[in-house]
Amino acid sequence: MDRSSIDTVFPALPVWDGPGTSRIPFLAYTSDELHRRELERFFYRGHWCYVGLEAEIPAPGDFKRTVVGERSVILVRAQDGTIHVVENVCAHRGMSFCRERSGNRKDFTCPYHQWNYSLKGDLQGVPFRRGVKQGGVVQGGMPADFQPADHGLTKLAVATRGGVVFASFDHDVEPLEEFLGPAILRWFDRLFDGRALRLLGYNRQRIPGNWKLMQENIKDPYHPGLLHTWFVTFGLWRADNRSQLVMDSRFRHAAMISTRGSAAAGSDAKQVTQVASFKQNMQLEDPRFLDIVAEPWWGGPTAVMTTIFPSVILQQQVNSVSTRHIQPDGHGAFDFVWTHFGFADDSDEMTERRLRQANLFGPAGFVSADDGEVIELSQQGFEQKPFHRTVAELGGTDVADSDHMVTETLIRGMYRYWREVMEA
Amino acid sequence: MTPVVDFATYQALVQLYADYAAAVDSGKWDLWPEFFVDACSYRLVPRENHERGLPLATLSFESKGMLKDRVYGIRETLFHDPYYQRHVVGAPVVRAAAPGRIESEANYAVFRTKLNELSSVFNVGRTLDVVVETPAGLRFESRTLVYDSEMIPNSIIYPL
Repeated sequence: MDRSSIDTVFPALPVWDGPGTSRIPFLAYTSDELHRRELERFFYRGHWCYVGLEAEIPAPGDFKRTVVGERSVILVRAQDGTIHVVENVCAHRGMSFCRERSGNRKDFTCPYHQWNYSLKGDLQGVPFRRGVKQGGVVQGGMPADFQPADHGLTKLAVATRGGVVFASFDHDVEPLEEFLGPAILRWFDRLFDGRALRLLGYNRQRIPGNWKLMQENIKDPYHPGLLHTWFVTFGLWRADNRSQLVMDSRFRHAAMISTRGSAAAGSDAKQVTQVASFKQNMQLEDPRFLDIVAEPWWGGPTAVMTTIFPSVILQQQVNSVSTRHIQPDGHGAFDFVWTHFGFADDSDEMTERRLRQANLFGPAGFVSADDGEVIELSQQGFEQKPFHRTVAELGGTDVADSDHMVTETLIRGMYRYWREVMEA
Repeated sequence: MTPVVDFATYQALVQLYADYAAAVDSGKWDLWPEFFVDACSYRLVPRENHERGLPLATLSFESKGMLKDRVYGIRETLFHDPYYQRHVVGAPVVRAAAPGRIESEANYAVFRTKLNELSSVFNVGRTLDVVVETPAGLRFESRTLVYDSEMIPNSIIYPL
């Protein structure tokens, strides 16, 4: 296809150059129709989506309102301690009834007509179901064959592992462990190894870019040593660090694993420090930002960034750990919710350290703020020439695990999976 | 209600708030750390975390040195789409006062204007402050900005 053609500024369908996925059509980021199909095929069917941490709902009755894709759901712990996820839409008239973001409840009641549900989502009360007696006659009421059991809230399948809760509208979804696959599970279990988690708090940002760009940002080991001065200058993430890129067998999830200060023998540091973002003489006025203390569970790597497709990113950057929840809002924006946590057995010093290092991340972070900025500006570029495509060809055009970071193979892998699902 | 501080002290406090707003909107980022004592606290906190007692801040600085590191970051290391910001700060309320020390708070709204874009509300909240008298005048010992804004519009780069 002649990319310079001005006849096809707004193509109806994404056009790929052959069977590969190294050149991603801009239309994949700009089409409302494709976005709705992504919601259906990735967020609402066949996938587990992140909804939160068990530490957010420690006690019976605790709930948190969140989303799966663009659908509002409630993560709740029932009185018997079991965890449930129900859709925040009343079975009666469809009202999105839960307005608090978190709290503790014995049951859920829609304020409109006071339909009442158990924490597990079963309808248990309908006012005037048997009618109202007036002058000795029962007036109105629901039909005699009305079955409360048929009118519960939509219940999602729930899976938990290591204190992390996933949900799916699709009750036929494969088990979570198979969904993640052994290569990713290993890194998931390293972070969530069964220790109780301690919730530290939230950051929320709305990024005006397509949601997939955030997945791609964390599947892209090319940019951190270039865009992020702090990473390259302080060696937190450098192209010559010992590193590893792994994917599940379908290439949808990935882990980027890096070890600070571990340049392989024979590597030429100048290659990676002669970039504009490396600042030889940069020194911190207050070095406590980088008061890094190695933890036993690391087992070596100082940074492991795991992308679980489609909904979440798991962050370990030295002592700062968080989940980053991707919540799409149309094709051109998403909310990005950061949940920082620590471990229940952390010392006060370690908690303080995690909180201090959180300055590097989040919507104002020394490192992460500019990720949101480049995503916004990428989206602007896509919108103006949707007939065009990206060139994600660092390291070639194939898809494979890697023992170095000079490749965009994880992005190509994600789009191989994307095409498999979207073109089916 | 009886004023907690005398007129001259209140006037100096108002002047501090006005000078701070003018400084952080001026683009001269070096002015910002100088409003603080050396051992200071500056925290930018979502209201949600503040009210639930969750310790995470969007930014949390514990010394003037950290503020200077932020200035360096704004100028040298943080890529961002440039913008203007404009603070509108309400009259401070004095909550407590002791010799040389005032606890006060004020509402604020910050507007952001990007090049070629309409101005928009960027961040809204209140500051919870401890102000102390120093030989150089009033300075912030601690400044906690608790923001109502549910969503940060992409990112916060410049000091609020």
